[in-house]
Amino acid sequence: MEKHIWNPQAECMDRKELEALQLERLKALVDYCDKNVKFYHDRFEKHGITADKIKCLSDIQYIPYTTKEDLRDNYPFGLFSVPQKEIVRLHASSGTTGNPTVVGYTRGDLENWSEQVARIVYAAGADENSIVQICFGYGMFTGALGLHYGLERIGATVVPTSSGNTEKQLKFMRDFGTDTIVATPSYCLYLAESAKERGIDFPLDQYKLKLGLLGSEGCTPEMRKQIEESWGNGFFCTDNYGMSELNGPGMSGECIMRNGLHINEDHFLCEVIDSKSGDVLEKGSTGELVVTNLTKRGIPMLRYRTKDITNINYEKCECGRTTARMSKIIGRSDDMLKIRGVNVFPTQIESALIGIDSISPHYQLVVRREGFSDTLEVRVELIDASLLEVYGELEKLRRRIHDKIKAILGIEIKVTLVEPKTIERFTGKAKRILDLRNQ
Amino acid sequence: MIIKQISIFVENKAGRLAEITEAIANAGIDIRALSIADTTDFGILRLIVDKPEAAALALKEAGLTVSITNVIAVGIDDTPGAFSVPMRVLADAGIDVEYMYAFISRDTQKAYVILRVADNDIATKALLDKGVTLLDENGFYGLVK
Repeated sequence: MEKHIWNPQAECMDRKELEALQLERLKALVDYCDKNVKFYHDRFEKHGITADKIKCLSDIQYIPYTTKEDLRDNYPFGLFSVPQKEIVRLHASSGTTGNPTVVGYTRGDLENWSEQVARIVYAAGADENSIVQICFGYGMFTGALGLHYGLERIGATVVPTSSGNTEKQLKFMRDFGTDTIVATPSYCLYLAESAKERGIDFPLDQYKLKLGLLGSEGCTPEMRKQIEESWGNGFFCTDNYGMSELNGPGMSGECIMRNGLHINEDHFLCEVIDSKSGDVLEKGSTGELVVTNLTKRGIPMLRYRTKDITNINYEKCECGRTTARMSKIIGRSDDMLKIRGVNVFPTQIESALIGIDSISPHYQLVVRREGFSDTLEVRVELIDASLLEVYGELEKLRRRIHDKIKAILGIEIKVTLVEPKTIERFTGKAKRILDLRNQ
Repeated sequence: MIIKQISIFVENKAGRLAEITEAIANAGIDIRALSIADTTDFGILRLIVDKPEAAALALKEAGLTVSITNVIAVGIDDTPGAFSVPMRVLADAGIDVEYMYAFISRDTQKAYVILRVADNDIATKALLDKGVTLLDENGFYGLVK
C-alpha cells in the first residue's frame, strides 16, 4: 500500500523520542502558563507546581484539571495568555447553557492547527487532486474554517459552500465534480437521500463523490455503513475529532484502516480518567478523555476534561503511523448510566436502533430501582402502521429491538413501544435519560 | 363484500381511550363495532365506523399510528350452532383466521362477526359458495344499528 502520510517525521516517530518531545513541550507549557495566565499561576502556587518539578510525563497528574466551567467563569478572555494584538482569530462554542466558551488563536496557533488538520485529511485519503466541498457552517464554529485551512494546506481545491441549501450543494457537486465532502454524518446522509430523490434528472452516478470527512457529531459504524450504501459507487468515509477548546477539528482522525482515530500526539498529550473519581486510568482503559494541548499559546489548555468517553490504543497501526489511536467516542461522561454495574451510553442504544425502519429515531431511556436492582426501559415510537394488521408483528418488532440492544449492552432491558410524537423532541442537546432511581 | 376496519396503536395509559374516542366523536363519526387486544404496555384498538377514511384522517391528525384494513363481515342467525357453519367452511378451505370479534344487532335480530383472514378474496368466495351471508359496505355501515 502506498504510504499516504503528510508528516512522516511527526506521525511515525519512535515512542521514546515522542515522549521526550512531549515532556519537553509540557515543561515549556507549564512554565509559559505560570508566567502568562493568572488562573494557572494561582493554581500552580496553591498546589506547589513549577515547571522544574515536572520530571516525567506522569507528573502531569499533579496539575489540576481544567473544565468547561473554568472557561465560562473566565468569559470572555480570562484564560488568554497574550495581549489582544497577538490574537489573530476568535472562535466560540454555542453556549446553550450559559456563557459561550471563547477561544483565541495566535498566528502560530493557526499554523499548528492547519498542520494538524492537514495530517488528518491526508490520512483519510484527500490530497492535492481533491475537490472538497465544505458543508459545515462557517462562522464562530471551528469546524468549517479548521478543515478549510487544513485542506488548503495539502493543496486540495476547497469549495466553501457552508451549510444548508441542499439544491445548491448538489448542483455544485455535479458541476464541479466534487469528490470529497466535509459534513456531519447526518447531513451527509441527508444529501445522499436528497440526491436520490432527484434521481430522474440527475442519477447518483453523475456524482463523483468518493470520500467523506465526517465530524462534529458522533458516527457509529452502523450509521457509517448506511451513509456509504446511500451514496454507493464506493463512497468511503472517515471520522475525525476535535473541539474548539483544543483548536477545533484536527486533534485526531481515522486513517484509511479505520481502526481508531490517530491522535496528533506531538501536539496533544492525552490521558484517560475515571470521570467520577478523577483518577487517571491505566493505558488502554475506557474512560473520560483528558487532553493537554502542548503547543497552544493563545489560550493554553492544561488537562482539559473533554467529557467524551474513549480508550486509547498505543500499538503501531498498519498504515505505518506510530501515533496512538483513540476509539470512536463511546459516549459523554455526563450521559453515562451505570445499570447493575454496567456502563451504558445512549449512543450504544442509538446504534442498535439505527436500521429499524418501523420506529422513529427518537427514544427515551427510563431507569428505575425495583427492589435492589436497577431496570432499564427503552421507549421507542412505533410509526409503521402496517404492523397493526397482525398482532404478533408488534411483539416480533419488540423482541427484535430487545435482542439487538441486549447483545450490545449485555444486560436485560425492557422495550416499550409508544405512540408517535410522545417522546420529547430536543432542538439542542438531547436529554434522553429519565433516571427515577432516587425518587 | 369487503369492509374497512381501522386499527389504532394505543399505549396503556390512563385516559388514552377516552382521548381517542373523543377525537372520533369530534369528527362526527359513528362507531359500529369495536374490539381491543392488549398486553401490559399497549393495545390495538380495532373499529368499524360509518366513515373509515375520515376517521383515519382525524386519528392521524391527532398523532396516532393508524392503518386501514379490509375485513369480512359475516351475518348469521342468532341461534345455537349458526356460527359454526362459516367456521367449518373456512376450516375446510384451509383459511386461517387472524382474529375476529362479534356483536348482535337489536334491530335485525342477527349476529355479526368481523373476520380478519390472510386472503379476503379466497375466503369470500368460499363463504359465498356455501351460501353464507356477507355484508357489503353499505349494508354494514348503514344498516347495523
